[in-house]
Order: sequence, then C-alpha cells, then structure tokens
Amino acid sequence: MTARIAGRTGDFEMVIGLEVHAQVVSNAKLFSGAGTAFGAEPNCQVSPVDAAMPGMLPVINEFCVEQAVRTGLGLKAEINSFSVFDRKNYFYPDLPAGYQISQYSQPIVGRGSILLDMDDGATREVGITRLHLEQDAGKSVHDRDPQVTHVDLNRNGIALMEIVSEPDIRSAQEAGAYLRKLRSILRYLGTCDGNMEQGSMRCDANVSVRRDGEPYGIRCEIKNLNSVRNVMRAIDYEAGRQVEAIEDGDEVAQETRLFDAAKGTTRTMRGKEEAHDYRYFPDPDLVPLVLDPDWIAAIEAALPELPDDKKNRFVEAYGLSSYDAGVLVSERACAEYFETAAQGRDPKVVANWLTVELFGALNKAALDIDQSPVSARALGGLVDLIADATISGRIAKEVFAEMFETGREASEIVAEKGLKQVTDTREIEAVVDTVLAEHGNKVAEFRAGKEKLFGFLVGQVMKATKGKANPKSVNEILRMRLSD
Amino acid sequence: MAVLIDLTLAAARDGLEGGGFSARELTQAHLDAMAEARPLNAYVAETAERALADADRADERRRRGEATPLEGLPIAVKDLFCTRGVASTAGSHILKGFVPPYESTVTANLWATGAVMLGKTNMDEFAMGSANVTSAYGPVVNPWRRRGDDTRLVPGGSSGGSTAATAARLCLAAIGTDTGGSIRQPAAFCGVVGMKPTYGRCSRFGMIAFASSLDQAGPITRSVQDAAIMLAVMAGYDPRDSTSVNRPVPDYESSLGTGIEGLRVGVPKEYRVDGMPAEIGALWQRGVNWLTDQGTEVREICLPHTEYALPTYYIVAPAEASSNLARYDGVRYGLRVDGDSVDDMYERTRAAGFGAEVKRRVLIGTYVLSAGYYDAYYLKAQKLRTLIAEDFRRAFESVDVILTPTTPFAAFPIGDKLDDPIAMYLNDVLTAPSSLAGLPAISVPAGLSTEGLPLGLQVIGAPFDEETVLRAAEALEQAADFDGSGWR
Repeated sequence: MTARIAGRTGDFEMVIGLEVHAQVVSNAKLFSGAGTAFGAEPNCQVSPVDAAMPGMLPVINEFCVEQAVRTGLGLKAEINSFSVFDRKNYFYPDLPAGYQISQYSQPIVGRGSILLDMDDGATREVGITRLHLEQDAGKSVHDRDPQVTHVDLNRNGIALMEIVSEPDIRSAQEAGAYLRKLRSILRYLGTCDGNMEQGSMRCDANVSVRRDGEPYGIRCEIKNLNSVRNVMRAIDYEAGRQVEAIEDGDEVAQETRLFDAAKGTTRTMRGKEEAHDYRYFPDPDLVPLVLDPDWIAAIEAALPELPDDKKNRFVEAYGLSSYDAGVLVSERACAEYFETAAQGRDPKVVANWLTVELFGALNKAALDIDQSPVSARALGGLVDLIADATISGRIAKEVFAEMFETGREASEIVAEKGLKQVTDTREIEAVVDTVLAEHGNKVAEFRAGKEKLFGFLVGQVMKATKGKANPKSVNEILRMRLSD
Repeated sequence: MAVLIDLTLAAARDGLEGGGFSARELTQAHLDAMAEARPLNAYVAETAERALADADRADERRRRGEATPLEGLPIAVKDLFCTRGVASTAGSHILKGFVPPYESTVTANLWATGAVMLGKTNMDEFAMGSANVTSAYGPVVNPWRRRGDDTRLVPGGSSGGSTAATAARLCLAAIGTDTGGSIRQPAAFCGVVGMKPTYGRCSRFGMIAFASSLDQAGPITRSVQDAAIMLAVMAGYDPRDSTSVNRPVPDYESSLGTGIEGLRVGVPKEYRVDGMPAEIGALWQRGVNWLTDQGTEVREICLPHTEYALPTYYIVAPAEASSNLARYDGVRYGLRVDGDSVDDMYERTRAAGFGAEVKRRVLIGTYVLSAGYYDAYYLKAQKLRTLIAEDFRRAFESVDVILTPTTPFAAFPIGDKLDDPIAMYLNDVLTAPSSLAGLPAISVPAGLSTEGLPLGLQVIGAPFDEETVLRAAEALEQAADFDGSGWR
C-alpha cells in the first residue's frame, strides 16, 4: 500500500506518524470538578483550580483514568500500572498555571496497535507508541476586539488522551484509514466522541520522505488539521514539497508547519531553534498513578466487542465479504442496525440494502444512522416483502424511497399504492395476450428471428402492469405464447 | 491586660472555660498589644473587626455550652494561607489586592474549632528567605535585642511575622509554613516553639505554594503543649490535596506528660558543621545532658549525606518554585503592568511584582530544569534526596528521635547577609535535611547565646511520629526552663 511519489530523480516513499489528541468523554475535567459541556458561555466551566488561583491543587479524576485504561485496552496496548504526571512549562495566556500537567517519561499506556481496513479489503497494522493523559489548554479569542485578546478557560483542564503512532503509515490514504479506525474504536469504547469539527479529536502529522532503502528523512510536524480530509491533503502536499526540496538539492528543515486549508499548503510555524524548552519535571502536587491489576482486569472484562472482532464475526457468522463487514462495523450503530435488520433474514441481502440504499440515502440527506427515518425493523420488513415475492426488487427501491421520505412501513405503502406483485397467471396471460395483439408486427419480426424483441415485449407487459407483474411469470407466459 | 496576653494557649483555654475572662476581653487585649507593637511589623493585616466578631460568637457558643477545642482563642495566620475575604499576599507585591474567594483547609480547621483570627502575619516573599527581609511589606523586627545593644535584629524567616508575633505576645499562637526550616529557624531566633509536622500531615490546599514537595504547615506557640493542641486541629486528611495522608490524627496533647524514660536519642555527628560557634555546640551538649538525665539512651548516629542536603534543597525548592510561580503572570489576578505585547506584559509584571530573592530562585529553578542541565542538577538532587531520606530511615531503626541544634547561629542584625545569599542560605543547614526527608521536627527554645539571644534545639522524628517528637520536646522544655519574656 506504499504510495510512491515519482520524483524527477526517482521514487520516494512517505513516512508518516500521527499524534492524535482525543478529548476524554467525562462530565468533569481531569484535575477539577468543573464541567466539560461543549459550547457553554465563556468562562462558565472554570473552577479555581482551572484558573490556577494561588494555593489551588489538582486532584485526579479517576473516571478519566478509567477511560484512558479502557482506550489502551481497546488499542491492544500495555497498561502501565505505574505512571507519573509531569509539568510541561511554558507561558501563554490560555495556560493559567504556566504549565500543562501531562505525562512525559512514564505514560499510562505503552505499546499497542491498530489494524487499518483499506479500500481493497486488505488490512495493515500500525503500531501505537504510547497513550498519555494530559490537560487541554484554554482558548485565546483574538477576533472579538481588534486591540484585546480574550481568554476562555472552559476548555482549560479538560482531559485529553494523546495517542502517538509509530512512523508506520506510508500514504495519505493509510493516514485517513488510521484516523477513521481510531475514531471508530474510540467511539465503540465511549471514551471520545471523535468529533474533529468540534475539536474533540485533533491530529498533528509528522511527515518525512525517503528513497528506497534509505533511513528515515528529516520530518516536519504539521498542525492545524481539523478533518480527516485535511490530514490527507496536508500529507500529500507536504510530502510533495519535501521531495521537491530534496531534488532541488535543499535540505528539509526540521520544523513545525501549519496547514492552510484554503490554499491546501503548509507553511513554517516555528523552526527547531525556536522550539520551546518545556522543562518537564514530575508534578509535586500529584502522587504517581498506581493501578490495581484487578481493576484493570475488570475494565477489560467489560469492554464491548470492538470493530475488528465484530468484523471477523460478521464475515464468519453472516458470510459477508470482508469489505462489507468492514463498512458495517465502522460505526457501532451501523453494526447494531445491521444485526437487528438481519435477524431471521438473508444477511447478505440485508447488508446490500444497508450499504447501497440506506447509506446512500443517509449520505444524501446528511443524516447519521441514529437519525435514519427507516428503522432496522422497518428495513427488515421491506426485505421480507421481497423474500416472499410480494414485491419485486425494482418496486422495493421505490417503496424504500417512500419509506425514507415518510418514515412509514413498507407493507403500508405497498397496500396503499397497490404495488403488490401480480402473480396470478391468468391475469398476466390476459395482459400478455393484449400486448401481443397490439404489437402484431413486432411478434412477426420476433418469430422471423429478431430475438432481442423479447425484451421489448417483456417491457410492454411490465409497463401495462405498472411493474407489478412477477417478472418470472411474465417471462414464462410470454415464451409459451410466442412458441405457440 | 498584660496578664491575658502572657498566657499560654492552654492556660487561656482553661481561663475561658473557668469563666475568668471572655474571648472578647482576651481578643481585645491582643488587639491592643498589636496596636502598640506595630514597629515590629509582624502583621501585614490586622483583622480587628473580624476578631471581635469571632470572639463574640465564641463567647456565645461557650455560654450555650457548645465550645469547641480552640473556642475564643486568638491566633495569627501567616499570609501564605488563603483566607476567604481577607487579602492574602504571600508577602509579595505581585499579589497586591488579591482577596481569595476560598479558605485554606488548615485555617478552615482552625475556624471550625472556634479560633479567632487576629490578622495575617508578615513573611519573606513567597516564603523565600531566612530573615524576613524579602517581604514586600518591609522587614519584621525581632522583639529580642542583644544584651546592651539596641540594633534591630531579624526574627528569622520565612515565618518571621508569626514567630515575632508569638514571642511579643501579639497572639496566643500562630501558624506558619516550613519548606526548608521556615518555622523552626525563626522559632529558634525568637525564642518560641515551632513545629513542622510530617509532610502530608496537614493539607496544603489553599496554602500558596513555594515548593510543593516540601511545604508543610505547622504551629508556632509558646509551649510544647500549645503546639500539640494546635497541631491536632490543623492536621488531617484532605481529599483536595493529593499529597495529604489519610491516617487518623492522634490526640497529641494527651501523649504529653508521660516522660521519656527509655527513649533512644540519636546525635548525628555530621551536624557539627564548619564554623559552628562553640556556644551552639555547648547548647547541644546541654540538650544531650538534659535528655540523659531524664532516662533516655543517647547515642551517636551517622547521617552520611547531610553535607549534600543544603545544595540539594537549593536545587529542588527553586525548581518547583520556578514552576509554581509561573501563574503570577498578570493575566487573571494580582498585579498587572501593561506592555506592548503579551510577552512584554509578562516581563514588566513579573519584573515589578517579584523581589530580588524570588527572581534569583526563579532563575535558579529555571536553569536546573533546562534541557542539558536537568540531569546534572535536578535529577541528581532528586537522587540525593532519596539518599538523605534513606540515611534517616536507617537511623530510625536504632533511635526514636534525633537531637540537633536548630540553627548554626543566633539572630543577626537586619541587613546582614543581604549581599551574600550563600551565607543567608546557611541558616537552613540544620533544618533542610529533615525537610527533604519529609520528617516531623520541632524547635524548642533552649537557652540564650552569650549575647543574650534565644537559641533552639531541634528534635526530629520518624514519619508520622509527632507524638514522640512532642514528648522529647516537652522534656527539653522542662529542663531548659526558658524565659520567653526575656526580651522585655
């Protein structure tokens, strides 16, 4: 899956590592009892601890620790039963204490891995280096007043999980697949809502390029990436820029770059020389985090079935293709929808209806599966009507569109609109006879050897029955009559 | 009313209980004394109105038979403790006008048991100093003078306001904080009892941080019994301080009066520091004799890493301070000096708001944590800290308490050692090791120097063994029979 970049002087390979900041789902902040709801009035979710008032002390929120452990387990990672919180020191108005409490040399979660599901159905493993807990900073608001910067501390102190990948990613597509899969796992676990637009999942990308067989090149860190698409765009641009620089005989400078989404380019934010000296040291206000193995085991035992396991089960138990299974499990709600709808029905038919019709319609209407006007039970009802030949597949698509529009049951729509398939052969025979009589010349031509007119005649019969005639019966009767 | 202010906390408690005088009378007597003693500059804020209101409430509760342990007893609070609605400045210009909307746990414990707040006492800026000369509110004056010499002397620091106030009868007792000796050293200089409990014994919540891994609140009193009474109220687990320890608080007062026969006392030879005056050595020997006379078994012990304690302390404490003091940036509270940019505002605010000693320690702390220096300084200091604690742990396998002098010299004139920070830092040489090890330690006034100034003896105990420390201190107190009003 390695994406080659064809340069003037030969091919290059991209080497990408991603750092994801995932906001922990928790009602309270990492070290204070203040709330975490998105979109609250500025500075209304701030405790004296968050505002770094004199004499205030942080106290760890155990639920956030549990969420980090749960995430670590979901990433098949080592859980460190001993970890330490450090202070990362720097001055900024939205960082009230003058330091961020983070984990530096002893994080709560160590090595793990993520399996990427690529579009061709193949999978690829990307290593997780570590996951650590840290505080988010507040927000500086520069656009309210031309002269003054405002500071909103609502976000300050909210728990983040920084999840760092190994430099195992080799293309923008893989980076996208990594983020989608990570988001899927986090959502399954309920540890992060994964909403990149609201900033509850943020990503920095480390990008370098190299020729075959060479060691890693010098990397640039790209910031300000607020969607999966922008991560992919930024990587492609940045890798291209680096190849060009190398081929022009320039050195790639190790630096932090900003992505400009409007232009689709990256630009220097700060060089290596301007890098901060964060003066990390263990936070003396906190004691090391020591986790009880039984407690970890209890969290592990209560983990939900995760996307990879679910996907394997869907392939084995329902006979779905790896690709379809991958699509269905990417969101827990989709997988649940599928399993409800497939109950007692042909799973492949149900999967097909989901991935083609339902997802298409949802996508067009910009709705999530949770907001689907057609419930899993209702879609099952539609599939049942096809299975017992009440309606044809073609009619079913019309019925589905109506269901999606109105939220009504398939059987109701079929009954009301008289869409029930005509399987009464005498009725079909009568229509066939009428059609044959009306198109005497076509019949003659068919009999003279113009066989493809058979399709035309079938079409006429279907048209006359408004599509309700059982296509199989129409075929049989027509063949019988024409061979007379 | 001179009689009332001369009482110990315990005697005043008994007097109130017996109905001999009211909390209001007791409080007023102190307020009058405070007004007269303003040249000492011991208080940065006197809260007379509140004190009288507190006292009236205490009298009312006592009338109703609802008196709590410190009911109606007027005490002073070092200005490092945040007190709700009362300006709390840490002796710094940068916190000018800062009025906390919350109460520190230790002071809340005091008020909950009926104590009366007389005011906030002066201190070295952010508790950085050993002479109370770094305060933004000017130096505190020790009530003691050299015999036949009216030169104004330092009270020691950083809790110098609290010790001067306690010595000068401007409160029945006070609370201070000790990071490397900030309770014990000024207690020794002012001839009062000062105790630093085990790290984690008292909550640090609401106590303005200097060096978080060392800071500990403690009582300053005129008797060991008073220290026991105060500590029992101040101590206790607080879920708001992750480093506070969850174990029951003994009734320290009741552990007194039982004698110390059979107690094993260690005397560390490494505490005989270079240039220590002979009279300090003599005082120490007197202490050994007093304890031996009371049936203890005194033996020499070895604390081999002692000589590294002071340099270790002066790396660890400034490192933590440089980070703890980053929050004073002019953005949210306290002083702000406007500038052309946010960085300019930070620089101007901190340049104007911090004094020279605070700046020195922030610089040292920033340096020792910097990339390339961290391993050589901060990390090495942490390792030494572990070794120093290990020295004590081993020592306490064979002794119950350790006896040392509190300071290598007596109080000195205001202005001395100002141009020589290293000489100033030597004040902590005998107190810093037990601070680094987090151990309980007390200073008891034990005699006078040849110049007539108070000298203290220090008793160091094993972790959370404040009871034994207090018992040994009581034995020294009885033998020394120190006259705390000798400055008059």
